[in-house]
Amino acid sequence: MSAAPSPVSPAWAVELVGIDKRFGPVHANRDVTLRFSPSSIHGLVGENGAGKSTLMSILYGFYEADAGEILVRGKQVDIRTPQDAIRLGIGMVHQHFMLVETFTVLENLLLGHEGGPVLGPAMERARAQVRELERQFGLEVPLDALVSDLPVGVQQRVEILKALYRGAEVLILDEPTAVLSPPEVEQLFRILERLRQQGRTVLLITHKLKEIMAITDRVSVLRRGQVVAEFITADTDRQALADAMVGRKTSLSVDRAPARPGEVLLSARNVNVIDGRGVTTLKDACLNVRAGEIVGVAGVAGNGQSELLEVLSGMCRFDSGMITVKGQDINPSTKYDAADARRRGLAHVPEDRLKLAVIKEFPAHESAILGYHQDKSLSKGWRLNWKRVVAKTVSLMEQFDVRPPNPHLRTALFSGGNQQKLVMAREMEREPDILLVGQPTRGVDIGAIAFIHRQLVSLRDRGKAILLVSAELDEILALSDRILVMCDGEIVGELSAADATESRIGTMMAGIKDAPATQAVAEGVSA
Amino acid sequence: MSAGGSDNLPWWVTGLLLPAINVGLALAVSALVILAIGEDPVGALGTMLRGAVGTGEGIGYTLYYATSLIFTALAVAIAFHGGLFNIGGEGQAYIGGLGVGLVCLALPGWPWWAALPLSVLGGAAFGALWAAIPGWLQAYRGSHIVITTIMFNFIASSLMVYLMVNVLIKPGQMSPESEAFSASMFLPMMADMMGAIGVEMDSSPLNFSLFLALLACVAVWAFIWHTRWGFALRATGANENAALYAGIDPKRVIVVTMALSGALAGLLGVNELHGVQHRLMLNFPAGLGFTGIAVALMGRNHPAGIIPAALLFGALYQGGTELVFDYPTISRELVVVIQGVVILFAGALEHMFRPALVRLFSRRPVAVSKPAGA
Ligand SMILES: Nc1ncnc2c1ncn2[C@@H]1O[C@H](COP(=O)(O)OP(=O)(O)O)[C@@H](O)[C@H]1O
Ligand SMILES: [Mg+2]
Repeated sequence: MSAAPSPVSPAWAVELVGIDKRFGPVHANRDVTLRFSPSSIHGLVGENGAGKSTLMSILYGFYEADAGEILVRGKQVDIRTPQDAIRLGIGMVHQHFMLVETFTVLENLLLGHEGGPVLGPAMERARAQVRELERQFGLEVPLDALVSDLPVGVQQRVEILKALYRGAEVLILDEPTAVLSPPEVEQLFRILERLRQQGRTVLLITHKLKEIMAITDRVSVLRRGQVVAEFITADTDRQALADAMVGRKTSLSVDRAPARPGEVLLSARNVNVIDGRGVTTLKDACLNVRAGEIVGVAGVAGNGQSELLEVLSGMCRFDSGMITVKGQDINPSTKYDAADARRRGLAHVPEDRLKLAVIKEFPAHESAILGYHQDKSLSKGWRLNWKRVVAKTVSLMEQFDVRPPNPHLRTALFSGGNQQKLVMAREMEREPDILLVGQPTRGVDIGAIAFIHRQLVSLRDRGKAILLVSAELDEILALSDRILVMCDGEIVGELSAADATESRIGTMMAGIKDAPATQAVAEGVSA
Repeated sequence: MSAGGSDNLPWWVTGLLLPAINVGLALAVSALVILAIGEDPVGALGTMLRGAVGTGEGIGYTLYYATSLIFTALAVAIAFHGGLFNIGGEGQAYIGGLGVGLVCLALPGWPWWAALPLSVLGGAAFGALWAAIPGWLQAYRGSHIVITTIMFNFIASSLMVYLMVNVLIKPGQMSPESEAFSASMFLPMMADMMGAIGVEMDSSPLNFSLFLALLACVAVWAFIWHTRWGFALRATGANENAALYAGIDPKRVIVVTMALSGALAGLLGVNELHGVQHRLMLNFPAGLGFTGIAVALMGRNHPAGIIPAALLFGALYQGGTELVFDYPTISRELVVVIQGVVILFAGALEHMFRPALVRLFSRRPVAVSKPAGA
């Protein structure tokens, strides 16, 4: 551990000294000492399970440390509940927002601070105060809109505003960018800059080193519960941070040979999806995915990518058009559900892990057979062969380095990256001919990202067809042999890996069509 | 798989200590109520206890009530694992009983062992149908299962009154009861069966159905935790979207789960009608369908918990009957109050003492050899 700056300085906003925390056998934080100065943005990086969230939850009063002290503005404090933390000027924005969806923004801000049985006057006072905060920090939110009607980026701003409204001097953000599109990330960072200018302290947890480099002043690296390095951001680079996180040399880029595409395994022709409200969420989608290639789908989240994956994987019906899976045509009246898709050799790693890909309440070995529980090899007569299921899970965990390698642990207790590795392992295990992947590395740490990327490339090299949906342009560019761009439910263009640049994709994501490229799609269909 | 809760309490704390504390507290409150109406609580509770387990006859009655409660509690449990709160056990048991009765009336002269499989089938089929309709309405029409199953209890009750008074009533008789089943098909009484192997036992309504109930416990356990169908059911109950992703049709699972739930509730009719009353009549479920909800709650929706919980509630039923008999000032309603208090503490407030116990017991060192990692 490199020594923190001189402890005599009185100017720390928050000091964590010797924090130790165990969850049963898991030593989540080991003797962690960290100091944060006012008017700064302090990054906290580390692989999944390194103990970042635990540490911040201790600071915010969700957990109590087994040992150690917390000092706020030089004074030792006792934080037992989030209310204590809020009183001390510590606010937290959780990865999963804690807003009442059926309330308006203003009602959410007021929640817990109603100041009496009659809401009217408090509302008006709050409105004035909030307007002032909005002005001070450049945080714009529609105060009278229902939270459920707001995009995630705006919901997050509401969370930030809520913390500031409660007087937060220190603001903790736990992986705030995981759910945001690139423009939303930029907006968030502008807000964080403002907070720093106004003398607040921001603690930023993220997996994305690019973001750390872009915005933080200092950065601390946690590995297996310990602080293993601290850097002044200006004096370091991504590679050094990545190495410190993982504890060995890592590679940030993916090595891959040019693709050798074969026959078309999956195609869609003029597929339309109209949702319950009559909105066309997928418009005339046409695409081809060939054996031995990775086709990337870029786009700001919510522009039809989810519908595309759901339709192709059999989870949702489509209203017109045709899908072809390994030469077999599927039209809107064909029976085609997720089980049929799997039987045809199409596997699916969905975008929303916790909502779809695993069952949080189940032990890992039950999540590890989700979708494959009908598999004959896992049954003995009428009974599921749990012994075999557990053995299979152990082997999946070994192959994909899932930690902890405990098949009986509840799925919810694994970190996001390890859940994702389990899902990837499950879906890739049977060597599917077609793999649909959505946001494969969302909320996943660096070591695991490189690992997952290598797995995808090697599956491609084994001659499988991969359709990759990701909101991370870096990921799309690093992995794709061809790139489709979606906007407003439509595939607005196609680029080859060679032609693709961040700015070209960016323009297309904004909905500006690329005429020659759509031609290529049309040609491909006849192949 | 049966391990519950995220906090690592030893099994005997959650499985024995916590229920014991809850039941103890319930009895203490009941004692206060008895004191308030001017009776001696120690004597009254003693009478209840003696009535329930003090005599061979009492034990027989306790087990007889427990038999019915096991069926209705299993019904609630299986629905629960499918994410459904089936309040309609009472009505499903009622209609299931109709199925049992019709089968038994249709087979005059059959020996009991031949009639039993068919009456079980009849009860299960009628109960299943009665529960599958609300299940279908929930899955395909979005009507909430709690509301529809409650309504179906009322419909079942009216339907039965109509059928008993107008259709199935034994001709030339005033009370709405059907013809009696043939004596050849009466299920063997436990006292007679034990007598046959030389064990003396007081006579009581306890009959062969008890074995059926225990068999159902094993079957439900195996089904929920050891079959592909059970997996699909639990997946749907925990997360419908994930089930859809897994290629499971949640709508179908909902209908089938409700049908199974209703089938289990319907078996109450085997115990009550085929086993004891030997005729179709009104009101034979007598609230046991509702009490099954409390039994399932207390038994944590697991057969291994449901059996002891059913015994406890069976004892309360039987002890309560005895109490009313011995204490003229204590009415039937007061016994219901006592049962209600037990339901309140053991069921609804089940988790009241949990945090305290977690604090007490989680300080103990965890028996794991070394930290994870490496
Ligand atoms: N409530 C909990 N119970 C048991 N283990 C936990 C709990 N919360 C976190 N852990 C474990 O503690 C370790 C650190 O987790 P966490 O702080 O969430 O890591 P990070 O946020 O860096 O990904 C992990 O191994 C995790 O499984
Ligand atoms: Mg975390």
